[in-house]
Amino acid sequence: MTFSPGDTVLVRDDWPEARGSAHIRTPYYLRGHKGRVLRYLGDHPNPEDLAFARPAAKRSLYHVSFPMAELWPEGGEDADVIVEIYEHWLERP
Amino acid sequence: MNIVEADGEELLVGKHLVTEAELAEYMAATDNASPGQGAKMVARAWTDAEYRALMLRDGTQAAEAMNIPMRGMPPLGVLENTDSVHNLIVCTLCSCYPKAVLGYPPFWYKSAAYRSRAVRDPRGLLAEFHTTLPEGVKLQVVDSTADYRWMVLPKRPAGTEGWNVDQLAAIVREGDMVGVTVPSV
Repeated sequence: MTFSPGDTVLVRDDWPEARGSAHIRTPYYLRGHKGRVLRYLGDHPNPEDLAFARPAAKRSLYHVSFPMAELWPEGGEDADVIVEIYEHWLERP
Repeated sequence: MNIVEADGEELLVGKHLVTEAELAEYMAATDNASPGQGAKMVARAWTDAEYRALMLRDGTQAAEAMNIPMRGMPPLGVLENTDSVHNLIVCTLCSCYPKAVLGYPPFWYKSAAYRSRAVRDPRGLLAEFHTTLPEGVKLQVVDSTADYRWMVLPKRPAGTEGWNVDQLAAIVREGDMVGVTVPSV
């Protein structure tokens, strides 16, 4: 567990699906965007490996909040989107 | 039991992946899952502060406390609607849904329109369900993407003072626990 509630995090702007078969639980619309860690949700076997029946190491999962207004080109609504994101998709900005 | 189920059972049990008893337990749990179970949890949370605290801390334990089987199910998280926050649940990637406590999702939950509008035009989407949030209520859209399943603990509506849990459970609909609607009397 690397991040704590309140930390600002950046979702990696990475596109593994462009490099071959991939199973990804990080929605497209969040990649490259900053959010705030709300809570730690425990360690779980990495679904990116489970989906291919590969040995899956446990990874930390976080609930991260994003201001909707920053996610969309039209500005978006006054709302937050909260999403479960695995640690290996998060960086310190 | 249809032929696919019969063959599936023969394979699963024959290869010792599960026992017949486990399979029967899982099938019974799936058959019994319905929004009525989530509604019972909500009604109890509205009348029992200790249960409400448990539900918000650990949804899986709260479901088990109501005899809802959760073994083998993803962890359940419960988010509370208050005077200042309204939660709306969606799964933009697929169709993650808290089946253990709400049963199978309504048809619109899996539609591309619902999944895309929830994170881009949520107030417009809520309007389609005739739901308008009061001024000053923060909208929190919960995109259920990974290992958890999320349900909403709606706000208890005015006009239900003194009601018992059965009366309260009867007014809680599946949409109230997804956050597209709010309970009313």
